[in-house]
Amino acid sequence: MYVAVKGGERAIENAHRLLAHERRGDASVPELSLKQISEQLSLAVDRVMTEGSLYDRELAALAIKQARGDLIEAIFLARAFRATLPRFGTSEPVETGAMQVRRRISATFKDIPGGQILGPTFDYTHRLLDPSLAGTSAPEAPAAADSDAATDAAPMPRVTDILGHDGLIEPSPVADEGAPVGDLTREPLNFPADRDLRLQNLARGDEGFLLALGYSTQRGYGRTHPFVGEIRLGEVEVEFLAEEVGFAVPLGRITVTECQMVNQFKGSASEPPCFTRGYGLAFGQSERKSMSMALVDRALRAREFGDDVKAPAQDEEFVLSHSDNVQATGFVEHLKLPHYVDFQSELGLIRKLRREFAEAQGERDPQLQEAAE
Amino acid sequence: MNAPAYNFAYLDEQTKRMIRRAILKAIAIPGYQVPFASREMPMPYGWGTGGVQVTAAILGPDDTLKVIDQGSDDTTNAISIRKFFEKTAGVATTTTTSEATVIQTRHRIPEAPLQEHQVLVYQVPIPEPLRFLEPRETETRRMHALAEYGLMHVKLYEDIAHHGHIATSYAYPVKVNARYVMDPSPTPKFDNPKMDDCPALQLFGAGREKRIYAVPPHTTVVSLDFEDHPFERYRHEAPCALCGATDSYLDEVVIDDRGGRMFVCSDTDHCETRRADGHRGVQPEALA
Repeated sequence: MYVAVKGGERAIENAHRLLAHERRGDASVPELSLKQISEQLSLAVDRVMTEGSLYDRELAALAIKQARGDLIEAIFLARAFRATLPRFGTSEPVETGAMQVRRRISATFKDIPGGQILGPTFDYTHRLLDPSLAGTSAPEAPAAADSDAATDAAPMPRVTDILGHDGLIEPSPVADEGAPVGDLTREPLNFPADRDLRLQNLARGDEGFLLALGYSTQRGYGRTHPFVGEIRLGEVEVEFLAEEVGFAVPLGRITVTECQMVNQFKGSASEPPCFTRGYGLAFGQSERKSMSMALVDRALRAREFGDDVKAPAQDEEFVLSHSDNVQATGFVEHLKLPHYVDFQSELGLIRKLRREFAEAQGERDPQLQEAAE
Repeated sequence: MNAPAYNFAYLDEQTKRMIRRAILKAIAIPGYQVPFASREMPMPYGWGTGGVQVTAAILGPDDTLKVIDQGSDDTTNAISIRKFFEKTAGVATTTTTSEATVIQTRHRIPEAPLQEHQVLVYQVPIPEPLRFLEPRETETRRMHALAEYGLMHVKLYEDIAHHGHIATSYAYPVKVNARYVMDPSPTPKFDNPKMDDCPALQLFGAGREKRIYAVPPHTTVVSLDFEDHPFERYRHEAPCALCGATDSYLDEVVIDDRGGRMFVCSDTDHCETRRADGHRGVQPEALA
């Protein structure tokens, strides 16, 4: 019985026990290790790290295991843990131009300095289920780069920097180095929000929500004429300026995916026409996410460029208030909690309104009144 | 692995200070929604994260905590939140309204009158009373700043025009200290008069929406209405089947599939106290 009689406490305990049992599944099947999740479900781990705003593969793998593979639940676990961590400062800006690149493509130029590198991508696979993966698999070793090519040494300037040399694209807005870095997990988000907070919100935002919004801009709801200037995947160094030693010390390397969209812009009376930017950055290999983020980032810059704000993807309050899947799932799912006190109030009101309706009808047509009763 | 270690009442002291500053500001400006940097709590948004953060920030080791949901101490979410504070703060807990110093609630105000040494903490889903009339936060903040509440009165008037009554039965808007229109959280309007001139401090926490607001002790709280359509409380006209109370808010319990119903106190502590005092309804043994 759903009614709150005594026994709720035991019911909760038993539900937790059953959940743990279901999570484990058939005990005769070997248990998943965190290493297995981190190595073989690596893109799920990447998503949990990105939307959980916590770069820790082991904890993300644990969250996925504990959440039975429900990624939003896993993101929630990562977030709740992250909220308790002390903050001791802000890293130096990550230099993606100096990335150890594993994949890098541009859709705007046939060839670019440093070359196009496909890397590990689903892009040109045929989506045919592969029965050979049903058992154990031993894929071939990856092809090694020619040692002569010395691709490692070749500089890989960002495509947007190349466009920037000729002034064909707007310069990246430069932040004041001394200004504090916004953090919407420490200060409530206010509107209008600056771009740093918008980007933080989008980076944490739900991949599916941003995908749909980005897609909507392609279909004409706030069109921005995007081109993929560049997507790059690889490792970057994270540095922290330690006041005590007076210089930036490396904290470690993280894997990120960066997407720079190049969008059309007409120019104005005072400015010559130039391309505009949309920016996406995510932990790990998260291309769909960083591309969607870049599309929505550009759409949200409508105000800045004087575009008409008509489409959902351009509406800052709408996008930023609804992008967080931990918030969204919480509020949607809270409808499962009892609401019978409010519902009782509504029942009382609707019965009264119906009674008055029937009485009014009865005055007009006494027979109908009888039929109603 | 980074093994977690948690502070008294879960939140770190810096976060508690931030929340206390927001609470102090809220008390200084009754009914005004103070933005605060709501944290991600280990329970879902919508499950009372705002109330939990307010409780965590004000709870001391000597406090006695009571948690109710729908008026009951035994609803699953009330149990879950009570256990959370038993575990993280080790404070004493109670189900008896008069024994509690802090009462966290969802959707009800206890029937027993609150006292000066008590704090009532409400869990709030949507703190903005104007939200369903104007979805934009930038707009609603402006409306509050200018005390521009015409839209709300138009809505209430339209209700009367359409239905003959104000069709809001819970989360019924109030005006606090003759200034801010405030959402009392989704309590039934039956509870609204209890907020007025209440000796206890009333704090409201909305976690997902990142807002805290307050009604200080002995502050006027007036339910919005019109002279010719005055505010009316609603309760189902029946005595409680268990304790016979004729002045408490009742839950309707469906007992069969042939229209059978019984009505019992929503406030379980109130009902149990009355029964312990010898009051009896028509079916005192039902639901036991």
